[in-house]
Amino acid sequence: MTTTQQIPDQAPRTPSYVSPIPIGRTHLGHALASEWTKIRSVRSTLWTLGVFLALVVLIGCMMAGLVGADTYLNTPYTMPAFFGLLLGQMCLVSLGVLVVSSEYGTGMIRTTFTASPQRHRVLAAKILVFFAVAFVTAAVAIAAVGLYAQLTVGARTNVNWVPTVFKGALYVSLLGVLALAVGSMMRHSAGAITTMLGVLLVPAIMPAFLLFNDGLVDIAQFMSDYNAISALSLIFEGDRSTGTGGPQIALLATLTVLACAGAFAVQANRDV
Amino acid sequence: MISLEGLTKRYGEKVAVNNLTFEVRPGIVTGFLGPNGAGKSTTMRMILGLDHPTSGDVRIEGRHYAELRDPLKSIGALLDATANHGGRSAYHHLLCLAQSNGLPERRVHEVLDIVGLTAVAKKKAKGFSMGMGQRLGIAAALLGDPRILMFDEPVNGLDPEGIHWIRTLMQRLASEGRTVFVSSHLMSEMALTAEHLIVIGQGRLLSDLSMADFIRQNSRSYVRVRTPERERFLDVLRSAGLTAMETGDVLELDGVAAEQIGELAARHGLVLHELSPQQASLEEAFMRLTAESVEYHAHSGPAADEQAPWGAGWKKG
Repeated sequence: MTTTQQIPDQAPRTPSYVSPIPIGRTHLGHALASEWTKIRSVRSTLWTLGVFLALVVLIGCMMAGLVGADTYLNTPYTMPAFFGLLLGQMCLVSLGVLVVSSEYGTGMIRTTFTASPQRHRVLAAKILVFFAVAFVTAAVAIAAVGLYAQLTVGARTNVNWVPTVFKGALYVSLLGVLALAVGSMMRHSAGAITTMLGVLLVPAIMPAFLLFNDGLVDIAQFMSDYNAISALSLIFEGDRSTGTGGPQIALLATLTVLACAGAFAVQANRDV
Repeated sequence: MISLEGLTKRYGEKVAVNNLTFEVRPGIVTGFLGPNGAGKSTTMRMILGLDHPTSGDVRIEGRHYAELRDPLKSIGALLDATANHGGRSAYHHLLCLAQSNGLPERRVHEVLDIVGLTAVAKKKAKGFSMGMGQRLGIAAALLGDPRILMFDEPVNGLDPEGIHWIRTLMQRLASEGRTVFVSSHLMSEMALTAEHLIVIGQGRLLSDLSMADFIRQNSRSYVRVRTPERERFLDVLRSAGLTAMETGDVLELDGVAAEQIGELAARHGLVLHELSPQQASLEEAFMRLTAESVEYHAHSGPAADEQAPWGAGWKKG
């Protein structure tokens, strides 16, 4: 290839292009709309939420019949949802991780941050949209189990089950947001999901080992009181002598806020 | 307008981008040329605020990228054709980007139409060929009808029709008064599209010239001679104060007109089998310019004449 390049003359040109599309400042509302489109347009959302609903509702309805009718005298009708949630929480944790780690894994994050250089706004929108989706899905599933139990078992109860819908949904949604924050910090789906499995299971398993050491009994007791499984069982037990899960929810909320703060800080100056 | 001011990026000991200062002006296509690993993509990521410079500064129309109020309307970029979620359809990929900048949904259909992906808009991006992925990336860049466009190796994976299309598109965008900044490792590609050329090697600025000036300064012209009376011809040259470069049975003479050699040979009654003026290609000019800064030399085959020996660049490092 030789030098036959045509060089246009250097005559004055239009200084700069002006687009007919009106210019407006971008804000959180735009980011929320964008994240809503993202979460509803991938198959993994349908799968994780679909499996979650199936686990909670099916296992819940099955258990509702197996539990004796007398149980409901001092237990909310939503109690059978507890069994499904034990497994179902993994679905919300996975979705929470995937919402952000899939962007890092595919390189989509570069496109996202190019379109929205205000990284904190992107993460905030992700958290809000995910939390809303997870909370609504979990609340619907738990309420469905409560209604089923009330209609089919037909026993009398002294417990108002409506607060357990909110508390249960809040707890598993917070777990999902915690997973999202961990996913954002770690950027790798498998690593983040494994970490979250540890967060869920280690505090439930460790007390068995720690109890052999007198010095660690306090820690063992704390772990067995505050692990995710105990928290969910307290929320749905309705036994007021052992609490109804308030401190457990508060601890998870604190952890989640801390993890989110970490995620915001880590992503601010990261090369992507 | 994109302005770089002493832009530098280090990864530990390695300097990926070394004190780059240049401006990319509106109204023309500016080529960004360098061998693989020269730092082109790193520079582009820093322009977009994705990577943070170790030192120096880069501004888009006088602002840092993160300060842009309407990013997609200021600058559209194609960095990597696979920078999308494979499970999402082309339509939804563009829709979520449009929404993040408050662009109307009809704009998604417009850009799908411009790049010719309307028929596969509802298909998942992971089923796309490389050329289709490249078109989806270009659609995303055009979404905000931006004043500045930046394309990283846009012809990669495109078929000849697609390559022709992207060349025409870039020139049209520039003629509308936009800033168009396009990277490539192929000189031949740049010669066809770019009006201004910025060349980097190992992160350093090697040349910042209009294409016309680049050609004038870098294309070497020489005279090629073949003769059966080689030794006598060389003696004659020597006595005339000329030197020839010998490559096989061919002699190459720099900085001398073919006429002069012909007349010299005739005066001494020398037989010539070939006497032809030659112009080295821009590709060669580019290779000569970047020879010292090429990071990855191939082992096999004889090295090109102008290329430094393998590993020579390390000593400089």
